[in-house]
Amino acid sequence: MPGDPARLLIPRGRAIDPSIMERMREFYGLDKPIPIQLLAYIVQTFQLNLGYSFYYKAPVGQVIAAWLPNTLVLVGISEAVAIVLGFSVGAIAGWKRGKRFDIISTTFGLTTWSMPTFWLGIVLIMVFSVRLGLFPVGGVRTLELQYANIFQQLADLAAHLILPVITLTLVSFAEYLLIMRNSLVDVMTEDFVLTARAKGLTEQRVLRDHVIPNALLPSVTTIAIALGFIVGGALQTEIIFSYPGIGMLTFQAIEFRDYALLQGLFFIDALLVIIANFAADIIYTYIDPRVKLQ
Amino acid sequence: MRNVSGFWKVYSANRKGVIGLGLVLFFVGVAVFAGLAPFDPSKVDATRTWLPPNRVNWLGTDWFGHDLFSQMIHGTRVSLFVGVFATLISAIIGTMIGLLSGYYTRLIGEFLERVVDFFLVIPYLPLMIVLVAVFEATEIPIPILWIVIFAIGVTGWSGTARIIRSQVLTVKERQFVDRARTIGASDMRIMIRHIMPNVFPLVFANVVLTVAGAVLAEVTLDFLGLGDITTISWGMMLHFALSNNAMYRGAWWWLIPPGLAIILLVMGFTLIGYSVEEISNPRLREKKF
Repeated sequence: MPGDPARLLIPRGRAIDPSIMERMREFYGLDKPIPIQLLAYIVQTFQLNLGYSFYYKAPVGQVIAAWLPNTLVLVGISEAVAIVLGFSVGAIAGWKRGKRFDIISTTFGLTTWSMPTFWLGIVLIMVFSVRLGLFPVGGVRTLELQYANIFQQLADLAAHLILPVITLTLVSFAEYLLIMRNSLVDVMTEDFVLTARAKGLTEQRVLRDHVIPNALLPSVTTIAIALGFIVGGALQTEIIFSYPGIGMLTFQAIEFRDYALLQGLFFIDALLVIIANFAADIIYTYIDPRVKLQ
Repeated sequence: MRNVSGFWKVYSANRKGVIGLGLVLFFVGVAVFAGLAPFDPSKVDATRTWLPPNRVNWLGTDWFGHDLFSQMIHGTRVSLFVGVFATLISAIIGTMIGLLSGYYTRLIGEFLERVVDFFLVIPYLPLMIVLVAVFEATEIPIPILWIVIFAIGVTGWSGTARIIRSQVLTVKERQFVDRARTIGASDMRIMIRHIMPNVFPLVFANVVLTVAGAVLAEVTLDFLGLGDITTISWGMMLHFALSNNAMYRGAWWWLIPPGLAIILLVMGFTLIGYSVEEISNPRLREKKF
């Protein structure tokens, strides 16, 4: 592997006694063979010990715990908005297939889907922060500001969050919109929709009681798969807005060759994605009575 | 090949497909004739820096004095090149793993399925970044552009594998597979000569969509500073624009055109992919107006 972590612990450009370097490698277990290092890593991971960050000079768990909440707030709000918005707009678009609403909303969705996430962030910063001066250009709080009360603190946080949230919402919203639309179009060709109409149900009831519940099934499955994509989107959003979350931390860990931190971050990413998949499975059993948990 | 004219007849009736094909062909044309750009894209004119669009430099100039219109034209080549070759890698890996895991459903298939699951849910951007960072730091002399292609290719095949597998599972139950086996065809031969041709048309849509993802991935890696700084690409233009504070100095002509070009190219591939999907799944076919 490129880059010697032991070197990172030494101030840049200072000559160092080789014996101290040796001691350092020994201390961090870097002198051991790779299989032994791997075994130690696996054992420690099960003990919930993610190791020690070479760059931050603190336990990896602590570093991640300090940065994770910001990401959860950003991703949580954006995804909630994107899912609700994407599913409802997608359902209407599928229902009005080929009409003006469908064409406009799918074209809009395709456009935001085709955008590089960071570029959307750039455009929003240029328009709303630099030109109009409405929102701060980045970060998560105004550094020099002493908050008088909790409301002022929340307002400051909201002002910093609004552009990153819009960015992440717009790029992930299209995926939900298109899936919901296509799955709705698919379901509408089913015989039970014809039956529902033949029974004399109003169009609204056909949509609400027969089409949407069935169209939701494949759509919910995509939420879990979309999460891998969202981690990448969050990373770009955090970097362009200098937002201190784990996406930004990942980028720094790579830049500083902080392997322990990087491993920890991958572990947390994987864990979050697995938890989300699990949650999607549980939601699935609620919306599809045919699927039962054993 | 007798189906080509029939396919074209259905395809050309699909408005989205025609628009998508038009967009992609336009960019392919620009890439082929990039030599006709008004200026040498890497030539620096120190007397003409930070110029907004004007009569000489149609899209203005950057901080170094490059002509941005010429850079845009030449950048098309890199985006298409990376998009196509990374997709080729993904398609080969995805097809192989999809075929194997669909054909051998027992131990090998189960194992490969778990590998596909892993790659399907793993956040691919951090993985790609690590791959590029690791290979760029090794001593092996591979051009950075190929490292980027490789990293995008080996992280983007899981969707293809999944679709191929589900197709193989149905195709291998058909009679002609049994017939081939009865006359003594080997597993390898059945997979390549009998199953693959039947699976491939349905995979085409997925492969075209993979190109769109690969183009976006290349731009993102460039933006993060992991691209080759000596190539001229849309992503590198954005990277240099950002590192020279174009965002705060209001140099919109340096930031907006590369983004728009990326959107149009990605949209072109996406529209082609969707319309091929619609054609192979008649339920989704466009209604006639």
